[in-house]
Amino acid sequence: MSVDPILQVDGLSAGYGPVPVLREVTLSVPAGTIAAVLGANGAGKTTLLRTLSGLLRPTGGRVLFDGADLRAVRVEGLVRRGLAHVPEGRGIVAELTVDENLRLGGLWRRDRADARLAQDEVYQLFEPLARRRRHAGHQLSGGERQMLALGRALIGRPKLLLLDEPSLGLAPRVTAQIMALLRRLCDSEGLTVLLVEQNVRSALAVADQGVVMSLGRVVMATGAAQLRDDEKLRHAYLGF
Amino acid sequence: MDRFLFLTFDGLSTGAVYAAFALALVLIWRAARLVNFAQGAMAVATAYVGYAVVSATGSYWLGLGAAVLAGLALGALVERVLMRFVGHANPLGDVIVALGLVLLIQAVLGMVFGSEYRPATVPFDTDALSVGGIAAVSPYDLWVFGAVMVVVVLLALLFTRTPIGLRMRASAFAPEVSRLLGVNVGRMLTVGWALAAAVGALAGMLVIPTGLGLHPHAMDMVFVVAFTAAVVGGLDSPAGAVVGGLLVGLILSYVTGYLGPDTTPLAVLVLLLTVLLVRPGGLFSSVKARHV
Ligand SMILES: Nc1ncnc2c1ncn2[C@@H]1O[C@H](COP(=O)(O)OP(=O)(O)O)[C@@H](O)[C@H]1O
Ligand SMILES: [Mg+2]
Repeated sequence: MSVDPILQVDGLSAGYGPVPVLREVTLSVPAGTIAAVLGANGAGKTTLLRTLSGLLRPTGGRVLFDGADLRAVRVEGLVRRGLAHVPEGRGIVAELTVDENLRLGGLWRRDRADARLAQDEVYQLFEPLARRRRHAGHQLSGGERQMLALGRALIGRPKLLLLDEPSLGLAPRVTAQIMALLRRLCDSEGLTVLLVEQNVRSALAVADQGVVMSLGRVVMATGAAQLRDDEKLRHAYLGF
Repeated sequence: MDRFLFLTFDGLSTGAVYAAFALALVLIWRAARLVNFAQGAMAVATAYVGYAVVSATGSYWLGLGAAVLAGLALGALVERVLMRFVGHANPLGDVIVALGLVLLIQAVLGMVFGSEYRPATVPFDTDALSVGGIAAVSPYDLWVFGAVMVVVVLLALLFTRTPIGLRMRASAFAPEVSRLLGVNVGRMLTVGWALAAAVGALAGMLVIPTGLGLHPHAMDMVFVVAFTAAVVGGLDSPAGAVVGGLLVGLILSYVTGYLGPDTTPLAVLVLLLTVLLVRPGGLFSSVKARHV
């Protein structure tokens, strides 16, 4: 495991119109690790991810990804640099079939053979998708949708994955599977994950680092194990 | 009976033109969520280009090609320099801009070409062939119907079987997700406008010779009817546009044939109102509205 941060966020601020939401967020994620971003509803977790990928313009601060300043990269160019963002909730194109969604994830790739290989790997990884290739996205269950969104991101073979509440609406068993998969990808392929979750226990079970946000600020960042095991800390910042 | 047959073939032929024109409206509606009220004027402008090439070269086919190319260029231009900058904050913003474009195009055409009707040539005979004593369908009608159906099939293949078609559909349904997957959504919008205007140009070239000829207002009525056809089929459905176009073509052909041409505009209005009242989403509206 390398200790170089692949993602370095310094004093990042952003908001919707004149209303500031993110306030000088600073965090750093070493390559090959999972950082869990935790916090109550409305803490600004989604806003953080949207600002990182440029869907929302920052009003201050900077984002270094793999040595490059992301403010200069257009949203369309992110996948080519190895950054995949699976947005909250509506991550798939509901009108397209499973197969089309997956192909869409690999269209930008020059290495066509590897894009097809990656697609086959996703079908092996997520059995239910393989059985529903021709089904439209809106016919899938919540778990299948999340698998599709995640699988589609993996087809780009990203270095950094921004995941916004993958466990939302999923059965605990499916959530555990997805978390375990993330851990495996980090350990074996060197993937880095910035994982936004309200499901604190599931996230901390696989994360290396826990970042707690409240009202648009990072109020604490520490090792996941410490957050998991230190009852006082957990009680103070996560409320359980 | 021969009259019925004649009206049926005539209706299918003009219906094919309405289908193509409605399809062009649907393409832009799906990509940009706006009704391109300038589509008639844009089609006329490209038809002027086409017929200028026809009279310069003497070849109908070169003229047709030129009109379609002019459509591609004009569609891309209108999206790039105009529609892209119309905000969606005001829902009437794009309507007003489109109507301004209509006035501009028609004024320029009037100044350059004058506003008298100019003859438009056809590549095939427009007199109905006699089959077993019944005059039913002309070679030109067959060409119009065939040309539109070929374009419909090509567009369907483009959208369902090619990478750019997949990109265009994804951009229309989920622009943000598409951008995150590396799709240049802005460019897909330009391509959509270009394709739509090219289809409109083809429709213009096909239908103008069957009317009074080339004139800045030559497509006004066609636009209204095609809009009705698109609403009948459902603005979101390409298949609906095609079926709607053929259906409206048939209905109007029977109305005109049996009740007289004066009733045609009234029939269009009644049809539009009926669909809007009974099935506002159109015949092909699906119930599977987007859900998360
Ligand atoms: N599109 C928006 N326009 C205005 N305010 C928004 C928008 N999206 C989120 N917010 C506000 O920003 C704050 C943070 O929201 P969000 O980033 O979605 O939080 P989280 O993902 O942690 O639940 C909330 O107060 C929310 O009301
Ligand atoms: Mg959120």
